[in-house]
Amino acid sequence: MTATDTAVRSARANGWARAKQLGPREWLTRIFFLAVAIFFALFFLVPIAWLLLAPTKTQRELLLEDPFSVGTWDTLVANFESLSAYQNGIIWESIGNSALYAGGALIITLVASIPAGYALALIDFKGRALLLTTTLVVMLIPNTALVLPVFLEMSALGLVGTAWSVILPFSFFPFGVYLTYIYFSTTVSKDLLNAARIDGAGEFKVFWLVAMPLAKPVIALVGFFSLVQNWNNYFLPFFMVNGRDYPVQVRITEMLANVPAFNPTSSSSVVVEFPVLALATLLSVTPVLLVFLFSQRFLVSGMTAGGLKG
Amino acid sequence: MGRVFISLYTALLVVFGLAPALYALVLAFTDEAGFAGFDNFIGIFNDYRFWPAVTNVASFLALWLVVQTVFVVLLALIVHQISVRWIGAVARFVYYIPGAFAGAASVMVWLFLLDPAVSPVSGLLTSMGFDSFVQTVEQGNLPWIFMIIAFWTGAGQWIVIMYGALNGINPEVIEAARVDGAGIFHTAVKVQIPLLKKWIAYMAVMCLAAGAQLFVEPRVLSQASKGVVPEDYSLNQLVYLYAFRQGDYHGSAALSIMLLVVSLLLASVFVFKGGLFDRD
Repeated sequence: MTATDTAVRSARANGWARAKQLGPREWLTRIFFLAVAIFFALFFLVPIAWLLLAPTKTQRELLLEDPFSVGTWDTLVANFESLSAYQNGIIWESIGNSALYAGGALIITLVASIPAGYALALIDFKGRALLLTTTLVVMLIPNTALVLPVFLEMSALGLVGTAWSVILPFSFFPFGVYLTYIYFSTTVSKDLLNAARIDGAGEFKVFWLVAMPLAKPVIALVGFFSLVQNWNNYFLPFFMVNGRDYPVQVRITEMLANVPAFNPTSSSSVVVEFPVLALATLLSVTPVLLVFLFSQRFLVSGMTAGGLKG
Repeated sequence: MGRVFISLYTALLVVFGLAPALYALVLAFTDEAGFAGFDNFIGIFNDYRFWPAVTNVASFLALWLVVQTVFVVLLALIVHQISVRWIGAVARFVYYIPGAFAGAASVMVWLFLLDPAVSPVSGLLTSMGFDSFVQTVEQGNLPWIFMIIAFWTGAGQWIVIMYGALNGINPEVIEAARVDGAGIFHTAVKVQIPLLKKWIAYMAVMCLAAGAQLFVEPRVLSQASKGVVPEDYSLNQLVYLYAFRQGDYHGSAALSIMLLVVSLLLASVFVFKGGLFDRD
């Protein structure tokens, strides 16, 4: 526990103690705060609660019953089977595609950005300032802005339609390099590295034996942001691949064509009902939800603020 | 020696950062015949779909920026006030969790919420006069709908970041304000919000950059409403149509460049007004 932490706590404890002697005005503020906090908690949670319950119901139940009624396990199983049967299990194929794209990119991103951020922070080399500045500028370009030229590049290389056309652009993650750079410049001192060098360790040994053991938190951080961003990316794979190669985020929107409620004129004999579509939506974000649950502690700590600070 | 460490990243930076940016510039200023000056840009200005798309994206952005700023700051201040630790942590997590749905999944979730037939808030929708999905997504409502979706998925992350920044404020400063008789409200307005200025500017920059690229939201609503939401609603949808419907890569690149330049210009306003690069 740091001194600031203790100070924050005692300051808050004081605030709380004084709350008992507050005037009506302060109490009104507090009640207003509470109301706002609860309203927004509902706003953020109700859609998710609804989505969790929907796959346990039939289309009919969904339309007629109370929106928050709980259906049955059997219906959930039936919906699951109907989703799995849809176009010969295309939903599982597309989840597999997403895992391949986001996972492949995650590996390349880490291999590329951890050493790069390390070198930018702790090694003097020619072009260091230029690389750092370029990284900062490129970070500001939204990733959708360059999708068309990247598509044309991939097309010139004959890679469009292959997994590489998604994995390689996903692997370029300047924000990850920047995070690693900040991390190493604030947590590892050059003196420590120099000591290792004097002991006769080569540059790779220094990186591998001194820096890497300290890098776990930033690897987790970069991995988290890369995975979440790439898993949920829609625009780039939508350009690059087609049909059965779509990642799950594109797949769920393509399923809309077979939802009669949204597409009454659809001539297709395959029909996707609301509960099945809700289940597909839920499955499409399950990996990210799991990552969120496991990283819950660092997500709510406000620690990310330190990483983003320039 | 540093070269080996940066080699893979530098290669990726050149191939997927610099080369596409240059390529986009080349495409934008040429056509099949060679150098074309501003012809591609003029062609886009004269496209009947362009200005409506600009208006659509701009009204969504304006609405979103205001709502995002006001409520993210308000909620961060509130969460920061909660003195019971675990309640604060749970609140932040609840606000954060919709971030997992960012992208297409969030739009799918809101398709259900906007359809009075199944929506958990169908009473609210019908009381506003929307009896069917198609009525809910009529053109005039779209900036509001996109704002709500963007706020739903994106607010939590910024609430947590602002909360972290509020924790960074020296508690003695706040305590001093309290001793001087400032209530919660005055402390927030006079002490905390001014110290958050940089973070607010930073949030505005990131939201502008992301929001100007609006694509998946109108695309999915367009698919779901069978064209009631037009497929050329946003600028990025036009970028897509130019490239793949009309086969006009030059026009498409010119539009991308314009979008990029405008959003960087707007962002720089916030960077300088918000003192984002000032040293403390």
